[in-house]
Amino acid sequence: MSNRPELLAPPEIFYDDTEARKYTSSSRIVEIQAKLSERALELLALPEDGVPRFLLDIGCGSGLSGETLSEDGHHWIGLDISASMLHVAVEREVEGDLLLGDMGQGLGLRSGVIDGAISISAVQWLCNADKSSHEPRLRLKAFFGSLYRCLSRGARAVFQVYPENIAQRELILRQALQAGFGGGLVVDYPHSTKKRKEFLVLTCGTVQTSIQTSKNEYDESCSEDDNSDDEESEEVGVSDRNRPRKRQRTNTKVKGREWVLRKKEQSRRKGKNVPADSKFTSRKRRTRF
Amino acid sequence: MRLITHNMLSCNIKGVTSGFPLRIEAGNVIEKEVDFNPDFIRHMFAKIEWKALVEGARSMGYAELPEESPDAAVLKSDEPFLKKLHHALLELHLEEGALVCPETGRKFPVNKGIPNMLLHEDEV
Repeated sequence: MSNRPELLAPPEIFYDDTEARKYTSSSRIVEIQAKLSERALELLALPEDGVPRFLLDIGCGSGLSGETLSEDGHHWIGLDISASMLHVAVEREVEGDLLLGDMGQGLGLRSGVIDGAISISAVQWLCNADKSSHEPRLRLKAFFGSLYRCLSRGARAVFQVYPENIAQRELILRQALQAGFGGGLVVDYPHSTKKRKEFLVLTCGTVQTSIQTSKNEYDESCSEDDNSDDEESEEVGVSDRNRPRKRQRTNTKVKGREWVLRKKEQSRRKGKNVPADSKFTSRKRRTRF
Repeated sequence: MRLITHNMLSCNIKGVTSGFPLRIEAGNVIEKEVDFNPDFIRHMFAKIEWKALVEGARSMGYAELPEESPDAAVLKSDEPFLKKLHHALLELHLEEGALVCPETGRKFPVNKGIPNMLLHEDEV
């Protein structure tokens, strides 16, 4: 596995002029970004009424993912912390508006104005503390809180994330849910180490939209790994994880005649008024009692 | 930076309660042509803060917008108005200048059309 950029330097230093230009010049990276952006846009599930939407691209970098939004006809704002990446975006004359900002400081947008948000390979940077003042949990909280406020009701946010481990994924997901979002994780190609892609799909507000169904056939997914045209995903619902364990019902046997006789003898020794034993002792009463 | 973006930006400094709208100090304003889509303009009209838009447009040298917000019915029939709104929202670009927080006076510089909204450590 290649070195993770989060472990080398903060994003505004790692993506300097050289790295920003190299990143944008690589045709392989351009292709990967385009595919991830198309998938994120698909998961965004925007209504198909032909009206362009106003979207937010968090961690837009040099505008590779924003280009997919423009090709679909949408207008977008891009936010990134790397000035070098944004300068490359300006050179490439991207159509979206660009902002230099730190998502961990909050987005600084007005309430309810964004129709949807995407982010490609950016949110996991928040899990790293690059300065002494950085606290990952608080930065994630500031980010998701401000995102929740600026999204309109019923809007969605789709983040392709690249978490380092399970704890990081859990941290990101927990902070998102605590901010008020619903939704969960969509994993494409879960069984392939190389092709596995994780999308955090978050919904804002209580509007009922259909969650995309997942494919779970193991054999089919294995054979489909070689077919790059196919798309399949496995959904891990948050509600499934939080469901409490079902209590096991214990099969309690009905007491027999011996038990009843023993209990009556106990009561007699205690001095209680106990009816005499007979052949009817411990028999079931009529239903019409 | 477009006016549609300016209409959504607010000051994010800790403790600021009314950080919207940011005042524009325009150094260099350019125009870029964008395809006109009336559906998008109508869609965004519901979310636009009109007074902030008019002030922002004036700061950038465009004074064609009416002072009062028009009715929603106007949007269906008045194509010249939609064109003006489209021009103001999407075609005017602030290349150089600054955005000023109305409460604290903090200036966010705009270079090459990119506002720098990064906060210092004591402002977070």
